[in-house]
Amino acid sequence: MNLTNGKGSTSTVTSAAVSDQFPAGLRVLVVDDDPTCLMILEKMLRTCLYEVTKCNRAETALTLLRENKSGFDIVISDVHMPDMDGFKLLEHIGLEMDLPVIMMSADDGKSVVMKGVTHGACDYLIKPVRIEALRNIWQHVVRKRKNEWKDTEQSGSAEEGDRQPKASDEADYSSSANEGSWRNSKKRRDEEDEAEERDDTSTLKKPRVVWSVELHQQFVAAVDQLGIDKAVPKKILELMNVPGLTRENVASHLQKYRLYLRRLSGVSQHQNNLNSSFLGSQEGTFGTMSSINGIDLQTLAVAGQLPAQSLATLQAAGLGRSTAKSGVPMPLMDQRNLFSFENPRLRFGEGQQQHLSSSKPVNLLHGIPTNMEPKQLTNLHQSSQSLGGLNMRVNASATQGNPLLMQMAPSQPRGQMLSENTGPRVPRLPSSLGQPTVSNGISNGLLCRNGVAGNNRGTAYNPVPPSSLLNFPMNQPSEMSVNNSFPLGSTPGISSITTKGSFQEEVTSGIKGSGIFPSYDIFNELHHHKSHDWDMTNPGLTYNASQHANPLQGGNIDVSPSVLVHQGFSSNQQTGQSRDAALIGKAMFSVGECLEQDNLQNTGQHLNPLLVDNTIRVKAERIPDASSQSNLFPEHYGQEDLMSALLKQEGMGPAEIEYELDGYSLDNIRV
Amino acid sequence: MEVDQMQRQCLDYTKSLFLEGFLDGQFVQLQQLQDENNHDFVVEVVSLFFEDSERLLNDLTFALDQKSIDFKKVDAHVHQLKGSSSSIGAQRVKNCCIEFRNFCEEQNIDACLSCLQQVKQEYCHVKNKLETLIRLEQQIVAAGGSIPTMEF
Repeated sequence: MNLTNGKGSTSTVTSAAVSDQFPAGLRVLVVDDDPTCLMILEKMLRTCLYEVTKCNRAETALTLLRENKSGFDIVISDVHMPDMDGFKLLEHIGLEMDLPVIMMSADDGKSVVMKGVTHGACDYLIKPVRIEALRNIWQHVVRKRKNEWKDTEQSGSAEEGDRQPKASDEADYSSSANEGSWRNSKKRRDEEDEAEERDDTSTLKKPRVVWSVELHQQFVAAVDQLGIDKAVPKKILELMNVPGLTRENVASHLQKYRLYLRRLSGVSQHQNNLNSSFLGSQEGTFGTMSSINGIDLQTLAVAGQLPAQSLATLQAAGLGRSTAKSGVPMPLMDQRNLFSFENPRLRFGEGQQQHLSSSKPVNLLHGIPTNMEPKQLTNLHQSSQSLGGLNMRVNASATQGNPLLMQMAPSQPRGQMLSENTGPRVPRLPSSLGQPTVSNGISNGLLCRNGVAGNNRGTAYNPVPPSSLLNFPMNQPSEMSVNNSFPLGSTPGISSITTKGSFQEEVTSGIKGSGIFPSYDIFNELHHHKSHDWDMTNPGLTYNASQHANPLQGGNIDVSPSVLVHQGFSSNQQTGQSRDAALIGKAMFSVGECLEQDNLQNTGQHLNPLLVDNTIRVKAERIPDASSQSNLFPEHYGQEDLMSALLKQEGMGPAEIEYELDGYSLDNIRV
Repeated sequence: MEVDQMQRQCLDYTKSLFLEGFLDGQFVQLQQLQDENNHDFVVEVVSLFFEDSERLLNDLTFALDQKSIDFKKVDAHVHQLKGSSSSIGAQRVKNCCIEFRNFCEEQNIDACLSCLQQVKQEYCHVKNKLETLIRLEQQIVAAGGSIPTMEF
């Protein structure tokens, strides 16, 4: 496919098609509890040649989005719904996935419309909706991408990552003009960086700054010291005194942080939870965050941002626990806290793995992925979704804090993930691959760590054998096959990783579907699968290896992790987790990828049914097979990218893990 | 009856529904959405509308039957009915709902009850009309003809 790196056949095909016929093929998610309206809307959107997924409950929609971070381009939601207020859903989506959302209602009162505006809806339609009104919704998608892209450009270093993934995935949908410009810029950047793995679309290998928990803490401390009004990047940079950090990085992060704070103040409910968790943790007592549970961490980890080491550190630091490894769940928790801490803005809060301690949405992932996430998310959509989704479940409230995350996500260009490993890989591996591995080893490493923590979710995950999964070492190609849990580093000792896998799954419930491979949200996938049997994959499943044979194995561990993740999922899937159709799709994907091709196939097939049954969202058309997996996986990328980013930080995956880099590119650094 | 005649009859009937205000432009949109790939789109949507409306009307009746009426809930139901009826083009039902909502806001029980009756009546009317229309259309299709659509 043109854009994403082998994101999976589906995505490839889709993207190819999309780019040519944009806006045809735009992936729309419609949420409305009124069946009549839902049916009519679906038909109208189909007539506009969009790819429609409908659901009648907000919760389902969130799950879908989370599992399939990059599976949708735009969301249309009703305002009045029985299970969740439409505006709340809007917030969640904004935080976690950063997708354009259109509100609609039979209510045309000024106050309601105003509410839509303040909550960030990009449009408001009055029912009855006419088809003409729907024909132009693609403009919102393009606009958003354009803005993100611009931000990326401005953030300088950060951009590459963002653009890449974005370009790959989103490019399809953006107008050809955008695409072209994207690609060009991306390509340029890619060339500057190491261009390995990069698929034609986006593998961006720029070194991304991973905003680890510690780093973020330093940042927040600096900002507090200066005073939020007076905090300018230059001064913050000076105060932080972190070598290698550029003003752009800080500027970008600051922007996100500001948005996060704004959101917090704006969204009282969300914030309460989040704030308490985040702010509380800010003190360094992640203990508060603990509620976030590992999931968040995982999420974060998944994001790739959290290098395994950092995670562990975070955990320890945050919660005062000994180490990440301490308890599987614990580490995650801590980590999450850490992360959430970091990314107050991250949308994480919500997406945080509800799995684990769902109490706190701690969007750890959200927050952390800064590097990875933003890019990935942005680009992928999915990433954000997955991440966000993760938290969402946990604490709706908590998540709020991760606007940062969200933002970051976009920046995390999936490409990054891809670029690192996925680059080459991606194309091959449908989403599944891309996701997990992203950064060689980094992701793995992260995953591993996180996995442990995260996986504790206690779900039925069968933690994938640590060794197999955790490919921490960044370049453990072989490790990559981590199997279900995390292709990420195969740190043998990282039993946690396995958990992570599950964690990821949960976390990224949405990731599953992310067709975007590059952004492996391994974590997501893993999480998703958590219920699945992680065991299924072979420790040595180097997903990547088998699949893409390339980067993953070779050294782009990145791929592996994701791949593995997927695998894990796949196997899990069989367990009947139909939880996420996406997962299934993903699993299929990953399964296919990692495991032997045959295996995968089987799994995939197995999954398919699951998928289909699973959600409405899962449109069979979308995820029918491995190809669809790619769609699923993109979500993973987000996580993976984060992981990679994190890992990278640790020094795990050198070049490869770059994808996270430009996490910040999303923001307009114009600080 | 020949297909031509049937089509004319169908068209006339449809026109009358519009003139009398039972249906509005939104219904035309629905008709236009129907194509060869899904000849039954209108029928499906209309059936869905019937089901959903009946459920809502029951809920409304139940809610207004309570000793202590929860107007918020009543309003929510009416709002939904308003949404679905407007989406399908059932204009009269929609207008009734608008009025109904006003009374809900005022918490005027009697007026609400009377509105409920009205809504039910309007719903029955439009249901009959639509069923007749569908029957006519199906006859045409059975006879090999195509359903005539109006330009609104």
